[in-house]
Amino acid sequence: MSFPWAEQYRPKNPVMRWLDEKLPLPRLAYNAIGAGYPVPRNLNYFWNFGVLAGAALAIQIITGVVLAMHYAADSAVAFDSVEHIMRDINAGWFLRYAHATGASMFFIVVYTHIFRGLYYGSYKAPREMVWLLGVVIFLLMMATAFMGYVLPWGQMSFWGAQVITGFFSAIPIVGENIRIWLLGGYAPDQAALNRFFSLHYLLPFVIAGVIILHIWALHIPGSSNPTGVEVKGEQDTVPFHPYYTAKDGVGVGVFLLVFALILFFAPNYLGHPDNYIPANPLSTPAHIVPEWYFWPFYAILRSFTADFILPAKLWGVLAMFGSILILFFLPWLDKSPVRSSNYRPVYRIFLGILLIDVLVLGWVGGSEATPTYLILGQISAAYYFLHFLVILPIVSALERPRPLPNSITEAVLKGESGSRMSETAVGGEQAAPAE
Amino acid sequence: MVSLILRYLNYLIGAAFAFVLLIALWGTVSELIHNPPQEGAAEEFHLEPKPLHLASDGPFGHWDKQQLQRGFQVYKEVCSACHSLRHIAFRDLTGIGYSEAQVKAIAEQWQIPQPSVNKDTGEPDTRPNKPSDYFPLVFANETAAKAANNNAVPPDLSLMVKAREGGAAYIHSLITGYRPQPAELLEKFPTAKTPPGLHYNPYFATLNLAMPPPLTSDGQVQYEDGTKPTIDQMSTDVAAFLTWTAEPDMMTRHRTGYAAVLFLLIFIGLTFGAYKNIWRDVKH
Repeated sequence: MSFPWAEQYRPKNPVMRWLDEKLPLPRLAYNAIGAGYPVPRNLNYFWNFGVLAGAALAIQIITGVVLAMHYAADSAVAFDSVEHIMRDINAGWFLRYAHATGASMFFIVVYTHIFRGLYYGSYKAPREMVWLLGVVIFLLMMATAFMGYVLPWGQMSFWGAQVITGFFSAIPIVGENIRIWLLGGYAPDQAALNRFFSLHYLLPFVIAGVIILHIWALHIPGSSNPTGVEVKGEQDTVPFHPYYTAKDGVGVGVFLLVFALILFFAPNYLGHPDNYIPANPLSTPAHIVPEWYFWPFYAILRSFTADFILPAKLWGVLAMFGSILILFFLPWLDKSPVRSSNYRPVYRIFLGILLIDVLVLGWVGGSEATPTYLILGQISAAYYFLHFLVILPIVSALERPRPLPNSITEAVLKGESGSRMSETAVGGEQAAPAE
Repeated sequence: MVSLILRYLNYLIGAAFAFVLLIALWGTVSELIHNPPQEGAAEEFHLEPKPLHLASDGPFGHWDKQQLQRGFQVYKEVCSACHSLRHIAFRDLTGIGYSEAQVKAIAEQWQIPQPSVNKDTGEPDTRPNKPSDYFPLVFANETAAKAANNNAVPPDLSLMVKAREGGAAYIHSLITGYRPQPAELLEKFPTAKTPPGLHYNPYFATLNLAMPPPLTSDGQVQYEDGTKPTIDQMSTDVAAFLTWTAEPDMMTRHRTGYAAVLFLLIFIGLTFGAYKNIWRDVKH
């Protein structure tokens, strides 16, 4: 499904014509990511992050498949097999650091991609399904990353697995049994490590499958854009190739540069030193912290310290999962018909506060649970829920958005399309008093 | 009634989470007021590692092989009495500038033999080390290590620099940081007296560690290259050596990084040019 003015695939080469008749795979690619997909002409660099997330997944799968050829999922030798990769495998250090840094890069890119969606209202009709599938991908990523972090079988691997699988024991009555069933034992051990490895290998391919659905669902209405105004005609779009393949090329280059700087010059910066100590079930680390990308959710979990009808632990687990599940309801919690925050002067402020709030939660989640941090975390966690469940529905119902441009092209010609980020911020504010 | 609740369900859920957090916040604040957290001896007297500068620091660092060999000598003559180096093979020592003949000699003369099996009887046996062998373990198992070390297990040193906050600087500070317990500490925390068998060291997280001071006097190791073996020098050298054991491929990683960054800068330049060229006639 596409706009009527989309270019048609017309292979000239007889081999391609033959292939097109038997299996129109090149046609599919042409219509999905080639010249056959018309895209709004005013996308800014935030729109690079979808492609970057795909690149990050590809890097994880390629490095991961090769690492799995050398890794041994056996609690007796897993730690040593990782060191064997680092020291004795040709470019093994490169593969392992690329995979570990790659996980962080994947989350950096996906968090930016999600924020892009929040700011420009990409979750709204008619793109709700794109958003819902995106949240599914995010959940799968979190499960995959958690299980991957367990595999090196260091201290944080072991104790992280202990804490996270402990969530299930918060379920009343059957919780402890579920936990033992999931782990295949009373504590993380051989059985748990082996099944985590199996699932860690499986889930990335599930993610790849859901990404296909995500892109499929996107191609039905077509891409959104910084104005949030739908495409009205041919003058509003350009073909994806060569226009956005060229722009994505720049994005991929910058992404790889940041990736390379961390990988080659600070590969352990984002990790925890304790994971270079082999797992020891008899020695608990001073503070157990997950990887940085889980810190905001870890802070929410720890903020629930009081029993109220339900035990504190159950509240914490419910809130932590709830903080992500809320995102599934976002398309219906936001009642404003206007997509782009460039035209939503009030919501935009609250979204800015939410961004700071999540950064504070991350900071709290990575720190020791001292009373000061606990207080900060409890306030921030409350704001997180109030933002999505109370502030957003009220603000979106009451807010008076600024007038939208009649079309993408009109916005572009006026120079307020928001395709350049600096113009978005400055131009958006300046345009208001001019009315 | 039900439809009304469903309609405002989001407000109810939001209010519920916020209310429970408010109760939790109340608990935290009143706890903070009634039982303010008291700094223990470990919080008040613990010190961050002293800064340490090594030739291998930073993206443009290099291995000082003379220093690494001195550090290896300190490990061999001092640390190896208790600490293993199980991720390193003798052959790896060519990486710090030893020739193959020297490596062979080091392996053969290593005080702990390599476990093996007697060819005739099948009984456990030992044989001299070969360059392809990994450094043999000091203690056969954890129980043996505990029995010989006042119930503490000396950790393996191969990865120590990556396994501790502060890395090489922490190791250097710890080795040189032993001192008598300060009088003011005992005055303020009379119960925090270092227990018998442990040793006071402010760079250690709990302030008291089982390891006795390993380097006690200048000249404990005699360097062949004429460097003056002060305690500080020996400790710096062994910290440098352990930086190498933690990641012998570090310089290869840095060199690969220069090439990758250079390639990517050119790549970005070309793609940016292509992008500008393709978009030149399209206002956006």
